[in-house]
Amino acid sequence: MIPASFDYHAPRSLGEAVALLSSLGGDAKLLAGGHSLLPMMKLRFAQPAHLIDLNRIADLRGIREESGSLVIGAMTTEAELIASAAVRNKVPLLAEGASSIADPQVRYKGTLGGDISHGDPGNDHPALMLALDASFVLTGPQGQRTLKADGYFLGLFSSQLAADEILTEIRIPIPAAGTGWSYQKLKRKTGDFATAATAVLLQLKGTSVARVAIALTNAGATAFRARAAESSLIGKPLNAANLGEAMRLTMSVCEPTADQRGDVAYKTAMCGEMTRRALQTAAARAKG
Amino acid sequence: MAKAHHVSFKLNGKDVAVEVEARELLIYTLRERLAHTGAHIGCETSHCGACTVDCNGMSVKSCTVLTVQCDGAEVLTVEGLERGGALHAIQQAFHEEHGLQCGYCTPGMLMRAYRLLQENPNPSEQEIRFGLAGNLCRCTGYQNIVKAVQSAVRKLAAAPAAAA
Repeated sequence: MIPASFDYHAPRSLGEAVALLSSLGGDAKLLAGGHSLLPMMKLRFAQPAHLIDLNRIADLRGIREESGSLVIGAMTTEAELIASAAVRNKVPLLAEGASSIADPQVRYKGTLGGDISHGDPGNDHPALMLALDASFVLTGPQGQRTLKADGYFLGLFSSQLAADEILTEIRIPIPAAGTGWSYQKLKRKTGDFATAATAVLLQLKGTSVARVAIALTNAGATAFRARAAESSLIGKPLNAANLGEAMRLTMSVCEPTADQRGDVAYKTAMCGEMTRRALQTAAARAKG
Repeated sequence: MAKAHHVSFKLNGKDVAVEVEARELLIYTLRERLAHTGAHIGCETSHCGACTVDCNGMSVKSCTVLTVQCDGAEVLTVEGLERGGALHAIQQAFHEEHGLQCGYCTPGMLMRAYRLLQENPNPSEQEIRFGLAGNLCRCTGYQNIVKAVQSAVRKLAAAPAAAA
């Protein structure tokens, strides 16, 4: 399987990439890790006339700490996230989530920005970004703008990213010390997309929930937060009754698509179960 | 005719140069232009890992990398593992521990194991399994593959110079 012909561009700077994207218009696709786009091109699901390879733009890589946030270049790979002491120590939810993606070879190539931008509801980073209250820096011909992850994902392969913009940076507020985290992902095998997955970030006060974010992968057209379930837990202990209610409220907003991983009822039940496990694991890791 | 790109890179330590269309995948360049048929085409959908090679210190599935992306790269394939006519410790370990049956996945397994041990010279069994999770063996010979990697760890610890 070989992709259809295209013209290849390998800009060395972000400015060059933005200019190329503007001039080539809708016939161009951005190439990040390539492990979603190239398989789609082989199958002719995508036939861009131009590929703009972002891999040679050094400014798009790297992880730094800046005023209480981790600032991560969009072309930073999953392997780099997992290997980063800053990510593991300050935002362990991101390291755990990245470790659950694909396999080692794919993680050397796959990027945080590519996973966020691709738009498949099976991508894991959108839910992680929602749980972490991340912001995205988008760069286009008019300059930069920064958008919250909350509200960024509009639907299947649809986000706030304009056709002439490039996601360049991801800003993640470092969670307060003692915050618990968990990404629970049910998959049939290594490399598979989630049958269901839930990201949880949780703060306890004593034994009661002070703050909680619950975000789901592959439970609808795009990642989303289970707001009603979050609200139901505030000020309460994570006992069986409260967990059960949070599961019920989460499942009530899940709209998974039936496929070879299961039917709607099964996948919805698994969304509930992953949510229960993520809440319990996060609570066990939290220090109230 | 689409534009030809001049691409040069190091293949197993030697400079090579090819003229390719942008859409050419690294696995085809290696196998069909450069006669390096060690890396195999299994699934061609970046699942099986039979085409795994080492590129700039990363294990990559060469069916999902464009050759034009490798300009200036250092590529290592299974043909580059041997040392002066002797098997690399990882190859010797696969031989001794029966880490292969039909052998189709073996070049990919060896190259992935090579990078894994470069990064983590003393992995636990769990780390070996996690590290090799992108390589499928359809003979299902995973037990002996894991044993072979563990044996390679011991060989390399005893003779660190052989690791590179």
